[in-house]
Amino acid sequence: MKAHLTRRYLFSASHRLDSPQMTAAENLATYGKCNNPYGHGHNYNLEVTVSGPVDPSTGMVCNLVDLDSCVEREVLSRYQLENLNTLQEFAQTVPTTENLCIQIFDILQRRFLKAHLERVRLEETMMNSFEYTGGNQPLR
Amino acid sequence: MVYLTRKAEFAASHYYHNPAFTPEENLRLFGKCNNPNGHGHNYTLEVTVKGEVDARSGFVVDLKQLKDVMHREVLDAMDHRFLNKEVPEFFTQIPTTENLAIAIWQRLETKLQQARLHRVRVYETPDLFVDFYGEQ
Repeated sequence: MKAHLTRRYLFSASHRLDSPQMTAAENLATYGKCNNPYGHGHNYNLEVTVSGPVDPSTGMVCNLVDLDSCVEREVLSRYQLENLNTLQEFAQTVPTTENLCIQIFDILQRRFLKAHLERVRLEETMMNSFEYTGGNQPLR
Repeated sequence: MVYLTRKAEFAASHYYHNPAFTPEENLRLFGKCNNPNGHGHNYTLEVTVKGEVDARSGFVVDLKQLKDVMHREVLDAMDHRFLNKEVPEFFTQIPTTENLAIAIWQRLETKLQQARLHRVRVYETPDLFVDFYGEQ
């Protein structure tokens, strides 16, 4: 029987929202305080949802040790205490939480092969969260 | 269609062990969760039902009935229990959060009146939860 399993992780990083396709005035109008040239930081809460049949011999969708180690290696160690704007994937892309959410989904879809990746949800603050299910998959 | 979710909490202990595996395999696979003396969690259960809003009552479901069913079928059976030894489903299945969500679904599914069960979500800790939507 298929079940969905969700695990929460925490990392902290800084960013500045500034699009090379906009003038300085447009950037300020669009991003407001987030356009501050020195950047600012967040404690991001990451939720990773995977799904699959529950293995009768283990009672598990996947072993949490495998999921935790993959997320730690591929995501947390990459972003924890970093300035997102300095990373290659955000050289041309604004590091909004929307784009970060899509980036994390794409990384995990390539790297985590022990269950189906359903959804990545990223909380930037307690008030804002973003979800990506890949392509045109509907949210459940 | 309207969805309604009711939360409940229960505390229980469990351990993970498959008698078909050797002790070494059990320990490797389940780690600290393999300790036969068990360990406990404060579980949070979210039960989501769905249905049309009844024109006369304005309800999707009678909340009292839902609460009573959740108490009778789940909390009375599982709260302050050792799942492996006191809850029949787990005499043969490993009481992982996945199997717990499925067992709770099966206990509730046929007992609800009016609304239909949509989702059972079980939080083992604030950082880990399982959703079950029934057999799909």
